[in-house]
Amino acid sequence: MTAVAKTGSEQGSAIIQARGVVKLYTIGDQELRALDGVSLEIEAGDFVAIMGASGSGKSTMMNLIGGLDTPTSGSLLIDGRDISKLDADELADLRNRAIGFVFQQFNLLPRTPAFRQVMLPLLYAHPRPEDMEAEARRRLDQVGLGNRMEHLPRQLSGGQQQRVAIARALVNNPKILLADEPTGALDSRTSEEIMRLFSELNAQGITVVIVTHEPDIAAWARRRITFRDGQIISDERQSSRVREAAQ
Amino acid sequence: MTILDSILVALTALRSNLLRSILTTLGIVIGVASVIILVAVGNGAAGEVNKQISALGTNMLVVFPDAMRVMGRSSAAGTALPLSESDLVALRDKIPGVIGVSGQIDESAPVVRGNLNWTTAVSGVHPDYTMVRDWPVAEGREINAQDVQMAARVALIGPTVAKQLFPGENPVGAEIRIKNVPFQIVGLLSVKGQSAMGRDQDDVMLIPITTARNRVVGKSDVQVDQVGRIYLKLDEQTDMKTAQEDIETLLRQRRKSGPNSEDTFSVRNLAEFMRARTEVLSTMSYLLGATSAISLIVGGIGIMNIMLVSVTERTREIGLRMAVGGRKRDIMRQFLVEAVTLCLFGGLIGVALGIGIASLIAYFASWPVDVSVSVIGLAMGAAAITGIVFGFFPARRAAGLNPIDALRSE
Repeated sequence: MTAVAKTGSEQGSAIIQARGVVKLYTIGDQELRALDGVSLEIEAGDFVAIMGASGSGKSTMMNLIGGLDTPTSGSLLIDGRDISKLDADELADLRNRAIGFVFQQFNLLPRTPAFRQVMLPLLYAHPRPEDMEAEARRRLDQVGLGNRMEHLPRQLSGGQQQRVAIARALVNNPKILLADEPTGALDSRTSEEIMRLFSELNAQGITVVIVTHEPDIAAWARRRITFRDGQIISDERQSSRVREAAQ
Repeated sequence: MTILDSILVALTALRSNLLRSILTTLGIVIGVASVIILVAVGNGAAGEVNKQISALGTNMLVVFPDAMRVMGRSSAAGTALPLSESDLVALRDKIPGVIGVSGQIDESAPVVRGNLNWTTAVSGVHPDYTMVRDWPVAEGREINAQDVQMAARVALIGPTVAKQLFPGENPVGAEIRIKNVPFQIVGLLSVKGQSAMGRDQDDVMLIPITTARNRVVGKSDVQVDQVGRIYLKLDEQTDMKTAQEDIETLLRQRRKSGPNSEDTFSVRNLAEFMRARTEVLSTMSYLLGATSAISLIVGGIGIMNIMLVSVTERTREIGLRMAVGGRKRDIMRQFLVEAVTLCLFGGLIGVALGIGIASLIAYFASWPVDVSVSVIGLAMGAAAITGIVFGFFPARRAAGLNPIDALRSE
């Protein structure tokens, strides 16, 4: 039922390319090796689940893929750019252009209507798009919240809030949708709706990377990468049957 | 993010903590309000003082007879060695640059016209008096040398007295009684307004000094040739300081006082005296200025404090903004704009409060105030600078956050 993924598959060129990535953290006088020589390629258009227990290095990997942090050594190419060679502003622009973040706790701004939440990444874009509000409303429509444009976060259910967050992640047309435990705060029925939305978006061509520790959620992905102690211990392709069963 | 976006975000954040925002800006409110009051009242007062200095008469010196001093203490008022007509003549003839000289004896007396009466200050003066005081008559004629020589029963009436005794009428030519002595009004004085002490200078009657000595001032209170105080007017070329010293030397000689004994008179330049008062006023301005500076600093510290709280509370928001592409300088600018917005908000309240209080002062203390646009600009500028200075540290802290830690906080 499963097969070890081969690099350079039918999906096309790698949008994420890690070679011997090491990430060290120094806590007091202790040195923590969060990532210990990880090499990994993720093709554009793929749907990947990154799994692992806490402390396995999966969150560190996600932070690096998201351009929030840079590796201690090794090279990591995101959308063709080596992030270890970028300064803070260039990293910010990379995040703005290439990555859409979805968080476990949604991270919506309080007292801000939905369409303004979605506009946020456009405000930081260089150059700024022409009609930001129309684009934001279009994205809300896309995630099925066309009738919730003006709602404040507290007027929305958890699932709806996560949809707003997904619309926000999509608004800059990113190449990669990066979700950190996106269903961690949702019940199982809502989780399924959110995962179906990710699948649809993936089907439209966007690369989706989900970090999760739940096998049910990981089962939606086409490829499942498992971390332990800062290294990849398994990297499998899941057949469509498994994915259909999950759905 | 444009500045406008930052302002919108700032307004949302400030509105969501409205009470906190208002309390935080109190220091700024007080600082800005005191700047407004300070400048408004200060400007008004300076204008008023200038007006009063020119009302006193320019290039004028006054000689007062002083109470004699015994062992450094003033004796009773009656012990003063009076100034006499011969002193006045000596001053007029021997001091270079004197162009006018007049004595002045004052007596408070009831003035009666028919069934109306009004108690006012009646001053006996010499013909030069109105010239020396820059106080021309508005109607009629001045007191002349003949009036003084003859001790004529003629009077100049001050506008306030005229209003009381001749409502809606022309007083010139009419007859009134001062201490039961009939006088003919020959002239109406022009309006001089309030003195520096707030006294109505127009509430006055002027009569020849000889008439005053003979008819109005009690005989026991005045010697035959007494002149009260002496006003001198000097020409434009004369240095006031030199003239003052000349007068002192001359009077010392006439009174035969030794160089080290205390003077029994004093020569004052009232304009100088007024200027000294202005200096007191400007000292007070410095104090008020210091008060506003201190409130702005204290207010600024309040702003800094609340902005630090805000940065802590909104750490996740900062993390999110960084994650979706906000650069350090975007975050920095947002918090700076927030601090400045907060200060300008306080500044607006302060301007309103300041204008309100200044107007109240104007109304109740009848003290002129002068609120100008430049003052408001200055005050708002001070508020904005306070925001930038004290917002800088919290903003830098926000911008220096690590996005990963910021996203994970709470």
